[in-house]
Amino acid sequence: MIPNTPRITPELVAEHGLKPDEYQRFVELIGREPTITELGIVSAMWNEHCSYKSSKVWLRTLPTSGPRVIQGPGENAGVVDIGDGLAVVFKMESHNHPSFIEPYQGAGTGVGGILRDVFTMGARPIAALNALRFGNCHHPRTRQLLAGVVAGIGGYGNSFGVPTVGGSIGFHGRYNGNILVNAMAVGLAKTDEIFYAAAAGVGRSIVYLGSKTGRDGIHGATMASAEFGADAEEKRPTVQVGDPFAEKLLLEACLEIMKAGCVVAIQDMGAAGLTCSAVEMGAKGDLGVELNLDAVPCRETGMSAYEMMLSESQERMLMVIADGKEAEAEAIFKKWGLDFAVVGKTTDTLRFVVKHKGVVEADLPIKELGDEAPEYYRPFNETPARPILTPADVPTSVTLADALEQMLSSPDLCSKRWVWEQYDHLILGNTVQKPGGDAAVVRVEEGPKALALTTDVTPRYCEADPFEGGKQAVAEAWRNLTAVGATPIAVTDNLNFGNPEKPDTMGQFVGCVKGIGAACEALDFPVVSGNVSLYNETNGKGILPTPTIGGVGLIDDLSKTMTLAFKAAGEPIYVIGKTEGWLGASIYLGLICEREEGAPPPVDLVAEKRNGDFVRALILDGLVSAAHDVSDGGLLVAVAEMAMAGNLGAAVDSHCNMAPHAFWFGEDQARYVVTAAHGQGSEILRRAEAAGVPITKIGKTGGDRLILPGDRSIFVEALRDRHETWLPIYMSSMS
Amino acid sequence: MKSAVILFPGSNREHDAARALKLVAGSNVNIVWHGESELPKHTDLVVLPGGFSYGDYLRCGAIAARANIMGAVRAHAEKGGLVLGICNGFQILCEAGLLPGVLVRNAKLRFVCREVFLRVERADTAFTRAYRKNELLRIPIAHGEGNYTADETTIKQLEAEGRVAFRYARADGQIDQADGPNGAINGIAGIYSEKLNVLGMMPHPENNIEAQIGRTDGRGLFESLAAALKAAA
Amino acid sequence: MKARVIVTLKSAVLDPQGKAIEGALRSLGVSGVQSVRQGKVFDVELAGNDRASAEGALKEACDRLLANTVIETYKVEFAE
Repeated sequence: MIPNTPRITPELVAEHGLKPDEYQRFVELIGREPTITELGIVSAMWNEHCSYKSSKVWLRTLPTSGPRVIQGPGENAGVVDIGDGLAVVFKMESHNHPSFIEPYQGAGTGVGGILRDVFTMGARPIAALNALRFGNCHHPRTRQLLAGVVAGIGGYGNSFGVPTVGGSIGFHGRYNGNILVNAMAVGLAKTDEIFYAAAAGVGRSIVYLGSKTGRDGIHGATMASAEFGADAEEKRPTVQVGDPFAEKLLLEACLEIMKAGCVVAIQDMGAAGLTCSAVEMGAKGDLGVELNLDAVPCRETGMSAYEMMLSESQERMLMVIADGKEAEAEAIFKKWGLDFAVVGKTTDTLRFVVKHKGVVEADLPIKELGDEAPEYYRPFNETPARPILTPADVPTSVTLADALEQMLSSPDLCSKRWVWEQYDHLILGNTVQKPGGDAAVVRVEEGPKALALTTDVTPRYCEADPFEGGKQAVAEAWRNLTAVGATPIAVTDNLNFGNPEKPDTMGQFVGCVKGIGAACEALDFPVVSGNVSLYNETNGKGILPTPTIGGVGLIDDLSKTMTLAFKAAGEPIYVIGKTEGWLGASIYLGLICEREEGAPPPVDLVAEKRNGDFVRALILDGLVSAAHDVSDGGLLVAVAEMAMAGNLGAAVDSHCNMAPHAFWFGEDQARYVVTAAHGQGSEILRRAEAAGVPITKIGKTGGDRLILPGDRSIFVEALRDRHETWLPIYMSSMS
Repeated sequence: MKSAVILFPGSNREHDAARALKLVAGSNVNIVWHGESELPKHTDLVVLPGGFSYGDYLRCGAIAARANIMGAVRAHAEKGGLVLGICNGFQILCEAGLLPGVLVRNAKLRFVCREVFLRVERADTAFTRAYRKNELLRIPIAHGEGNYTADETTIKQLEAEGRVAFRYARADGQIDQADGPNGAINGIAGIYSEKLNVLGMMPHPENNIEAQIGRTDGRGLFESLAAALKAAA
Repeated sequence: MKARVIVTLKSAVLDPQGKAIEGALRSLGVSGVQSVRQGKVFDVELAGNDRASAEGALKEACDRLLANTVIETYKVEFAE
């Protein structure tokens, strides 16, 4: 018996976010009018978040394989071989909208979700990172959102027990109504003990694990039907509440149950919890799934099938248990104080059947729910190219010293210590390089291997030129990993954009994905996992296109990693890579000249590869004593950051062939600043010439101040004070 | 040397503690589940590790302090056995009454993870003999509730009896409560029991033990323990 | 029987969270607030109807777990 109330009206369909033609497609697929539960299920499976219907055709163009790649996109997380029988498992995911509604819980559950994605694969999380974007710092909500998001990320990660080792934060008015919270988790697993979502074997028990199900985050609309009364709003909190304590127990229980050989397949209950997880398990394993909702552990009374299928309660998992292992698995879960319930079985029917109180609430073809989801090749307009600005187009009367001080104490370039000191970045005892450097470095087990980790994107470049911006996001991640001495091995991407139904926005998406693809291809840097977040738009105005790249690099011997701090006085400072003084779309132009315009710096991928490989070799051969990627703010900002980190000054040379502000603040790509280790300067120059790598000596370390050509000098201590205090002062003026 | 690291649901620095005990003190380490009622035979040292036992729900350390295994820990302490509580472990010891006072929310209400200067107040206990009195250590903290407080009589007594183990200090070794990371009275970062065999401390010496990771100022504490137990054997 | 246990910090103990809330109320322009102290509320259902034994049980619950009497004090209210 299939219930036929409430009747499915066009309004109900619309409230579920299905377009009329999408609904029609579904009705044709099942050959009858769906039940309300079925409508809920299909709306969850076919929404943008689960189906990637607008983005899929473009995501397919990304390079996703390579000799190290064990699992590319499509699973809970990507898996990459790092040798010695170990694999790094990682992914990044957004929790943008929930974090805007309730920053503490939204950000916390974002962290929880991505950690679950990683340990679902059998990996123990060893590091977390994030990439955050907030509105203009003068916007009335910005402080409160920043404080809440940071506390939420810390509250979850610290309690769970994973070090939060890195990230990035930016501010721009275009995020006023849509902040971005992208969370990345990295785990370690044995290559022969990776667990996947695909179910196998007919008649096996499907088990529900973890916390109980409540009415959290059910997104369905406020339906004025008999079944969903006037109290529907109160019943359905749209904000999920995280419980890191439960998640920590779930981690330990899952890893224990996996070790005991109890697990055939496992899937995290993330967005649209039970629906997505059960369908994916069945569809990937070419099996049907039958669920009996009477057995689902519920936190609230009187929950309907619809509510249970769409609940987004956190800290839950679905597993297919190996034959005869139910009792052992249950004992492990009970020991950790977690719920364990057999809620269904695998079948050979390829149907997704949901029963509740003796009624069949849903009976759908399982493959089609996933595979037959609509897929759109949405129309798009290529973003028109912006004019190239020459240094002469950017007149200035601001001195180098004044500009530098202003930039280093600005929202985007100030020290983010206030943020990362709220994250436990030391737990597990493997943090070799903590936040504040180019990339975090985390030791693998007892060493000597280590992983380098970073998140990067420059949204103002993506806005100016999506293709170059997409390339640049990848190139910068690759550079940051290189600058600590790592070999970049793979990326995860988190593509945040506005409304894809607008051709201009879709054009940004397409351009960025093409750029990412080109850069990943050229740099041997495959995309192994990712997430797309669209519709980040308020009052018709979208966010800056923000394709965040999470990069992972491998270090064979952690004693050979490099940091950015100046180490000793009297060492020559070199810039590696060509400096042309590119000021278009730069921080200098935006902050000092208050002009957001011009084409962004082009990314020459051949030069990136050549210069980066060159720098890495210098590091591994012990020729340099400090290395730093040149990015936001250009050369002088990079030098100043190295001076502040090392508490050591420098005298920089004058470069008369170019306007000083262009030379020192231009943001040309593919560049690094290095200092030569004692007596190695000539060897570095010799190598650069041999490799055809542009290199320029720009100064010498020493003293307690930055001595600038033809300008006043700045005490490093005073500069650091300004750099370090902007954010704490800003945050302390919170109401 | 034989150590027992107690594992509560929500503990998360148990491996860090175990690694330090093995690596620095050469100890044999048992991880002991909170539901047990006995410690492994011949346990010399009990460690209550850092973390968020029971999610820090109700009050940090409150529920763990009432766990089954705590009876055995108490008995071990009463016999003069060594007990070390780090961070959440310190909170648990206070909640269990094995140490006086309580740890409350940091004065600035934020979790803070950073390396701080610690001044060693005495170097004649089983935990600190490898250090010098007034030596300045750099050890990380990572807590949201590390603000030590107790009534005036208790503080006076702790000070009079020399039971303050470590204080948060400035780089010049001076103590400045207002400058401290969490607002603790008199900059108190760790305290001893009356018989000096139970130590509770907020900072994490177990995270500063390897040169390749960072500083090694935490080693002295584990070296002290190994030496003390060797001498006692 | 239903009871409500209210746990608050002893008046001599500093309450930084209460202070922060107090400041926030002031900056929101809520007038007339002199001070705020934060506490915890536990709604407890008890078996049976004997008030005296319920009081005993709740006192034990507070002394042994719900309150840390080093810094906290508590009171019990019964729903009539």
